[in-house]
Amino acid sequence: MRDLTKRDLLSLAACLVIYAAVQGLITLDVIGPFWQLNIVLICINIILAVSLNLINGFTGQFSIGHAGFMAVGAYLSAVMTVKLQLPFPVAIAAGAVAAGVLGFIIGLPTLRLKGDYLAIATLGLGEIIRITILNIPYVGGASGFMGIPRYTNFTWVFLLMVFTVFVIKNFINSSHGRACISVRENEIAAEAMGVDTTKYKVLAFTLGAAFAGVAGALFSHYFYIAHPASFTFMRSFDILTMVVLGGLGSISGSITGAILLTFISAALASYPEWRMVIYSIALIVLMLYRPQGLFGNKELSLKMFSRVTGGGQRGAA
Amino acid sequence: MEFTHQLIQQLINGVSLGSIYALIALGYTMVYGIIRLINFAHGDIYMLGAYVGFFATTTFKMPFLPALIMAMAVAAVVGIVIERAAYRPLRQAPKIAVLITAIGVSLLLEYGGMILVTPQPRTFPAVFPAHTYNIGGIIVNNQQIVILAVSIALMVLLTYIVHRTKTGKAMRAVSFDTDAARLMGIDVDRIISITFAIGSGLAAAAGVLVGIYYNSIDPLMGIMPGLKAFVAAVLGGIGIIPGAMLGGIILGVIEALVSGFISSTFRDAAAFAILIVILLFRPSGLLGKNVREKV
Repeated sequence: MRDLTKRDLLSLAACLVIYAAVQGLITLDVIGPFWQLNIVLICINIILAVSLNLINGFTGQFSIGHAGFMAVGAYLSAVMTVKLQLPFPVAIAAGAVAAGVLGFIIGLPTLRLKGDYLAIATLGLGEIIRITILNIPYVGGASGFMGIPRYTNFTWVFLLMVFTVFVIKNFINSSHGRACISVRENEIAAEAMGVDTTKYKVLAFTLGAAFAGVAGALFSHYFYIAHPASFTFMRSFDILTMVVLGGLGSISGSITGAILLTFISAALASYPEWRMVIYSIALIVLMLYRPQGLFGNKELSLKMFSRVTGGGQRGAA
Repeated sequence: MEFTHQLIQQLINGVSLGSIYALIALGYTMVYGIIRLINFAHGDIYMLGAYVGFFATTTFKMPFLPALIMAMAVAAVVGIVIERAAYRPLRQAPKIAVLITAIGVSLLLEYGGMILVTPQPRTFPAVFPAHTYNIGGIIVNNQQIVILAVSIALMVLLTYIVHRTKTGKAMRAVSFDTDAARLMGIDVDRIISITFAIGSGLAAAAGVLVGIYYNSIDPLMGIMPGLKAFVAAVLGGIGIIPGAMLGGIILGVIEALVSGFISSTFRDAAAFAILIVILLFRPSGLLGKNVREKV
């Protein structure tokens, strides 16, 4: 137990160092606005990928509707700050709670489904959420929710990213998390051992959805606008790709996946017409040669660091 | 009277839209039945078919039928190539890896297509002069008749192939039990290739028909119909060929009714709502049999 606390403190210190370094570079104007935006995007994507990994990788429930929960967080938090003039932290919390509650309501019936059926049901639900928002004039309908103040900055996203990773990591290491993993490994065996599989599936789904809501709130308060087109199933695929690229069931994998994909996408930004083509070819090639993802279900740990020198990983792993 | 008129009118629109969904859904259902893969690239094969049909009729001045056959042939070849290059090496890999690859292929076709043919929508030429028939206040045009005729012909042909030929028998055997089929001397890889070819050909036919019906095609046109065709396949019972036809028609009719009587903005939501309801209450689909879970 003590060893664990020590490691947590070490990771926390590492996070502080990374934060100080990046914030310092931003303040000194070494990092221009383009890369600032991408750093914020990386942090948001890490929140999304890690939370989706909890559902897909650790609990083994194949969900591809994450963008829908993100949309709920984005819109509800925007309503809070713009229409009700509430402070930003309250808005983030409200977005998270709303997405979580929706995740619970949706999860309870749909998580009875398995495999591909669950995947396609969550995809459908994500689209239903988006189309519903599209038809609400109060939040701007098809033209999007405009005039959202930019409250999100590097400090906010970094703080919430570390918080997300920390909560999900500790959840997985708790008895609840172990129960989730047992559902992934063998649902029937888990049930026979007395694990309430429905409860843990819904719990993981709700938690994952809530963090997607947080990411959504940060997203809409960075880009001044929440637009239904930002939350199509293509975004869900993007998040899923990050998770699978890093490795299902590996938090450090999700973090790496999110950094890598956001970075690739940013690096290709100056070739807009070739961007998606290169992206898709990279995706296919990666899957053909490493279908289990970069890390498999292993975690990158400090021990691994001392063995393998080099490799600039960040985040609390 | 006014209401019945409108109802019948929407039913007719729905059936012609639905037969297009049905053609795409057949490919989904066949591929899923054989290798348990949701082939996300299938909707883009439909787009590809529409473009081949477009260039066949404009650049090569082909009449309707040869253009349709050419689109189907090209799409069949592309389908085989995709299966060989992207899916076959992953036969033993985790399912999710194949799914991600399918998404990758889909993106490649969409954005590669954008580079090849420019992202601008193109106007599909009028292959035959438009004719509208007014039967007691109900309007039917000859495009709808052609769509229905071609769809029915292709479905009859497919049913014949699957039920009356040796290849069809092999397809059914592979879908039932791949390992047993291999032990009986069936070349499973060849059958999978043929399945992709047939499915892609049908999707391409749907693409050409849509081009004629809506007059406009663009590189991203396959995304929504692709997803909806998958809904149709699930609705009828995935892996079941008559199910895909039935599911497609039902979905088309429901969509037409929703956009006719409620609001066209809820059209897409209706399709997905049907999907959720069917998955919750009858996950094996309308024509599917319930499979018991075995330990």
